[in-house]
Amino acid sequence: MASERVAEAARRPPLRTRLPFASLSGTLIAVALVLIPLTFVAVEALSAGLSEVRHVLLRPVVGELLLHTVLLAAACTALCAVLGVGCAWLVARTNLPARRLWAVLLVLPLGIPDFVVAFGWVSLDHSLHGYLPTVLILTLSLYPLVYLPVVTALSSVDGSLEEAARSLGLGPWRTFRSVTLRQVRVAVLGGCLLVTLGLLAEYGAFEILQFRTFTVEIFTQYKLAYDGVAAAVLSLVLLVITIAVLAGELALTGGRPATRSGRGARRPAARVPLGRRTVPALAAVVIVCAAALGVPVSSVVYWTLRGGNTTLPGASLPEALGYTAAYSAAAAAIATVLAVAVATLALRHRGRVSLLLERVTYLPLALPGLVVALGFVAFSVRYTSSAFLSSPIELILAYAVLFLPLAVVAVRSSLAGAPARLEEVARSLGVSPARAWARVTLPAILPGVAAAFAFVFISAATELTATLVLRPTGVDTLATRFWEYTSGFAYGSAAPYALVMILISAVPAYVLSTRFGLRSTGRIR
Amino acid sequence: MRGPRVTALATVLAALVAALGGCGGSSAGLVLYNGQHEQTTAAIVTAFERKTGIKVQVRSADEATLGDQLIQEGTASPADVFYTENTPVLEALARRALLRAAPPEALASVPSRYSSRQGLWVGVSGRIAAMVYNTSRLHASQVPDRLVELAAPRFKGMLGFAPTETDFQPLVTSLIHYEGVAAAERWLRGLQRNGTIYPDNETVTAQVNNGESALGPINHYYWFRLRASLGAGEMHSALRYFRPGDPGDLLDVSGAAVLRSAHHVQNAERFVRFLVSREGQEAIARSTSFEYPLRPGVPPSSQLTPLRELRPLGLTPAELGTGAQALALEQKLGLL
Repeated sequence: MASERVAEAARRPPLRTRLPFASLSGTLIAVALVLIPLTFVAVEALSAGLSEVRHVLLRPVVGELLLHTVLLAAACTALCAVLGVGCAWLVARTNLPARRLWAVLLVLPLGIPDFVVAFGWVSLDHSLHGYLPTVLILTLSLYPLVYLPVVTALSSVDGSLEEAARSLGLGPWRTFRSVTLRQVRVAVLGGCLLVTLGLLAEYGAFEILQFRTFTVEIFTQYKLAYDGVAAAVLSLVLLVITIAVLAGELALTGGRPATRSGRGARRPAARVPLGRRTVPALAAVVIVCAAALGVPVSSVVYWTLRGGNTTLPGASLPEALGYTAAYSAAAAAIATVLAVAVATLALRHRGRVSLLLERVTYLPLALPGLVVALGFVAFSVRYTSSAFLSSPIELILAYAVLFLPLAVVAVRSSLAGAPARLEEVARSLGVSPARAWARVTLPAILPGVAAAFAFVFISAATELTATLVLRPTGVDTLATRFWEYTSGFAYGSAAPYALVMILISAVPAYVLSTRFGLRSTGRIR
Repeated sequence: MRGPRVTALATVLAALVAALGGCGGSSAGLVLYNGQHEQTTAAIVTAFERKTGIKVQVRSADEATLGDQLIQEGTASPADVFYTENTPVLEALARRALLRAAPPEALASVPSRYSSRQGLWVGVSGRIAAMVYNTSRLHASQVPDRLVELAAPRFKGMLGFAPTETDFQPLVTSLIHYEGVAAAERWLRGLQRNGTIYPDNETVTAQVNNGESALGPINHYYWFRLRASLGAGEMHSALRYFRPGDPGDLLDVSGAAVLRSAHHVQNAERFVRFLVSREGQEAIARSTSFEYPLRPGVPPSSQLTPLRELRPLGLTPAELGTGAQALALEQKLGLL
């Protein structure tokens, strides 16, 4: 019954608004940026003749690798959903001891790049390879993509709905399933979408665990055959799969984005006392953190302490840190602003066009970083008379495009639970649209906005492939230094860069958990 | 309450971006795209800067990424010189007319068999294909000195190799050249049956050293670098070179070229000449990259067997070309 009320509130058409100028123009800017790499792929692929396309696509290895990728994406997405939602619920909705600590630690695996994870697991067990280890290890590094939006959404759900459900006789599990989970459905599906799309472009798994995915084929064309056309044709295949996944997610999210009751005060939900289940719950969280964080971090610490003789030239760690922080923060700011526009247009002005525009912004996530980077290079050369070539702006915009989907999912998850009607009420009382948005909607989605910033910042700070191509000549980020050292066997010198990478990822994770997101008790909005 | 703070943050960010944007315009007299191992390049660049006073801006990445980048950048590239670990990427750029003729003096400094046939790039240093084997899993007498033997059934489960590594294709190209495509295909299938695939030769070397694999084909310098990093006490492996005249008896060449896009042509040519000058070659020999200088009369690191004792006779870089045939074969077998 509670859920019927929710549905009814959602079906009610929004107040007729004027053309949403700000969100529309923001969305159009986002789409224009996203089209840079997409156009590159399309133009390159179309330059191939049909016989070339057939030659590229009809090799037996293509089908086999596609199957690998699909199997990997399916298993990892399912596991990430369970792990992400489970951990988010424990942190946001129970009295789990030391929640603040777990809230920070659980986000951090996102800040450990694939190549550092490789480092950790492979030095732990040299014989790790194949499907199952790949699924498990990737799950441990990707579950934060589900955890972060869900924990943000869970901590601002409306407790009155759960109370109503319980008072109407639903058990705790059914309440969780049909009320709580439903309220954060947008966040869960959004997170799963990120995992699936991210895995389509997964390359690290191959380098780490010799599990060959479709992207391996794209890299082979680029790295050994110097055949950009074949690589573009193959990338097009990834885009087709992505479109199918995006359509599927849209169908699952359904036409009912709002989850709020229209009437009555919004109440924070009460925390569930774990009681005798405290120990197993705690054990589960400890195991997740130990595996996802402990293994790579301890190997990095081991190498740092062990030192080792490097024959490589010394480099400035503070300088690399400065560039990394500046580029990542700028990219995160841009992506977050654009994401607010995209999500607002898609959720608040729902229509075919706004949904289509929103879906387009997800596409780059399924493209390997190298493809996106080369797309930006081609664009800079052809349309800016090389003015942007290897400029910080080019790199920052590429980061923003690469990680925009993460920001959109984070904002969207928050916005889906925010009261659309309150903003309308404010406006009907004569408040200007901008003011109404800033006073009513912004505070409600602030946790999502912060999560979006953190998401993009952490991802950009650890990005390597696109960075190698787009960074200004002579500039090193933490990731590129780490790469340079490890490819020269200088693990002892590489390790501090990895440590600092993890530490700066902890900053937004910490701010997020202390300032936003974990206030499910006490404050009534 | 948070409004002003957000504004302040945005201002700081904008200032930072503006500051970073400012460093785009460079005062460098030479832009070097470096696909060679950084140790080697750093030693040379320092020596070059000291001698000429020309400031070099170095952009390091793996040579394949830089190659793709140069193809996209075309003549608009800011790069003056491309210095690589292998020659196929230079051949790929040459085919797209992205290279200028190399300075004749530079070409004359190294044996002509190590440089581009059209004089578009110069061979700078080399390394020799070899087998690394784990000394507790294999006795020296059990280690083959012929490339084809790696496919023998007795090495089932013992081999480690890196087919996506740019150093691997020359072996396949060489086998195709000496024994034909069918034999090369049989050999690759044998390797697939026998071995574990690793992402790169660094990993092959490390995994053989720790006993995960018993042996694998690499280039000599990976082993010397691992030893320099771990210390001799942690080495549980040794090198074995291929017998003279064997398809595995190869010298892989690292090369350099002046790019069509070069803005500082004179400085670029000067740098390429410096790479193969006595000074440049001695800098390579002194750096701990463990490569062989190609200029006659410059001895390599004292830890290495002198080149004249090994005298690899195999294919020249020009004969290796872009390695397209080897690539097609590896793709057919699903190794790539």
